Amino acid sequence: MSALSHVALMVWTVLMVVPILWTFLASVKSEDEIFGDAWSLPASLRWDNFARAWEQAHIGQYMLNSVIVVSFSTLGTMLLGSMAAYVLARYPFRGNRAFYLLFVSGLAFPVYLALTPLFFVVQNMGRAIPFIGLNTHAGVVLVYIAYSMPFTVFFLAAFFRTLPTAVAEAALVDGASHTRIFFQIMLPMARPGLVSITIFNVLGQWNQYQLPLVLLQERDKWVLTQGIADISTAAGYDQDWSALFAALTLAILPMLVVYTVFQRQIQSGLTAGALK
Amino acid sequence: MLRRRLFITSFLAAPVTLYLIYVIAPYVQAFYISMTDWRGVSAAPRFIGLENFQRLFSDGIFWKAVSHNALLLVLLPLITIVLSLFFAFLLNVGGKGVSGVRGSKFYRVVFFFPQVLAVAVVAVLFQQVFRPDDSGMLNGPLMALGLPSVGFLSDPSVAFWSVLGVMVWQAVGFYVVLFSAGLASIPGDMFEAAQIDGAGRFSLFFRITLPLLWDTVQVAWVYLGILALDVFAIVWVMTDQHGGPDFSTTVMAAEIYRNAFQYFRFGYASALGVIMFFFTIGFAILALRLSRRERIEY
Repeated sequence: MSALSHVALMVWTVLMVVPILWTFLASVKSEDEIFGDAWSLPASLRWDNFARAWEQAHIGQYMLNSVIVVSFSTLGTMLLGSMAAYVLARYPFRGNRAFYLLFVSGLAFPVYLALTPLFFVVQNMGRAIPFIGLNTHAGVVLVYIAYSMPFTVFFLAAFFRTLPTAVAEAALVDGASHTRIFFQIMLPMARPGLVSITIFNVLGQWNQYQLPLVLLQERDKWVLTQGIADISTAAGYDQDWSALFAALTLAILPMLVVYTVFQRQIQSGLTAGALK
Repeated sequence: MLRRRLFITSFLAAPVTLYLIYVIAPYVQAFYISMTDWRGVSAAPRFIGLENFQRLFSDGIFWKAVSHNALLLVLLPLITIVLSLFFAFLLNVGGKGVSGVRGSKFYRVVFFFPQVLAVAVVAVLFQQVFRPDDSGMLNGPLMALGLPSVGFLSDPSVAFWSVLGVMVWQAVGFYVVLFSAGLASIPGDMFEAAQIDGAGRFSLFFRITLPLLWDTVQVAWVYLGILALDVFAIVWVMTDQHGGPDFSTTVMAAEIYRNAFQYFRFGYASALGVIMFFFTIGFAILALRLSRRERIEY
């Protein structure tokens, strides 16, 4: 029975690993080798595939765009999300419940319903303030922050509610301001929750495809997921297949490395929401 | 008191403003746009009532999209949950005694891996895996054995199953970890006591594991159901003609995107969005109803 268990687990492991290894292998093959036997080993390692993917297919640019967008949007999401969640979790005031429900209701809406109007909202914002219109990274950052609010506020409000009140009250008696209590006492205490939701947001925003597809239509503004999707569909017959595999490898490998190093935190970060 | 009010206002101002502009306003507008013939060019959308909805209901592609979402709504959770429960059981209870099998940590790390990849990247990856010629990862060996190649993405009767397969491929690891966390909170002596009483693996699974994990299974079912209703990137990026061949893999989200940003039929696309909204809300209400079950205390 134990042997059978291992067979089942090994089969699934192979299913997980082989497509990815096969992609890595193809990324160092020549064009002819890719079109020959699917499972052949490359005669020599063609590292120039990576150079072409990075430079000519602009994967380097797209990756940089993704890094810029996700850095700012995650930072903004965490700052604004924790501020809103903190106030809603710990300060009873008139309308508190209404604001909380307003945020959390976003969890139930399919994003596709908002897609068309969102396009025009961003376009109009851009007419008023060009910096945050269509085809701007700042515009996408604001949209990511807004769409990350429902889950972030829901999760962090639950977390802030569980923190003890004594420390904050003592600080208040000592004359500390509410803002200072938040940044110097409550945020450090909420660290485990902040780590989980940060991981959740970084991965979610890094992997986002739908929103940038609508909001970033100029090539040089694209994020990585758009760049990868495009090289596989657009080029047609004169496709540079080996560069495509190199590009895929460039998109997968860093995620694999980061995940392997932080797998414990990432697994608990991503599943934390479901277990609440 | 004034300081407190000032603090509350200053902390809520920015998040609420952003949320109202970018989330709430578009959702509210979508309902109005769905009742117009707006194509983006005209300055003022013309109000046409429920005409878009009438047209939708007589649109064959709409029904194809809905039926694919419905099929995914049933099959994706079913297959994913069965497989993940099976693996989670093997990893945590399946070994000698009631420990997990050897190497369970390794399996858990590897199984979860597809979860950190972007759906768009997974879609491109499998586009290559499924290639119809002998350079495809699957068709290469098939053709080498002299078997006919399978049109994983080009045969209308197969393509949908390829989409489902990739979704299961990506999802299972997450639920293995989720169910493992659930199993870890079940006291081990419960399994041991049952085993001493002579319970076999099957009764360990069906009499103890499954009932005690039932809450987590329901959470998984809701998550996977939403995933099935929301599917977009895998279909848009991976399949021929963004939902083809011949609309054999299209889904509601893909038709919304196609109508809005390729045909510029914003009113029609929003009507589709409204229908999708009611599907989602309907599913959520159904899920909440069904999950109102007695909790097992342990």
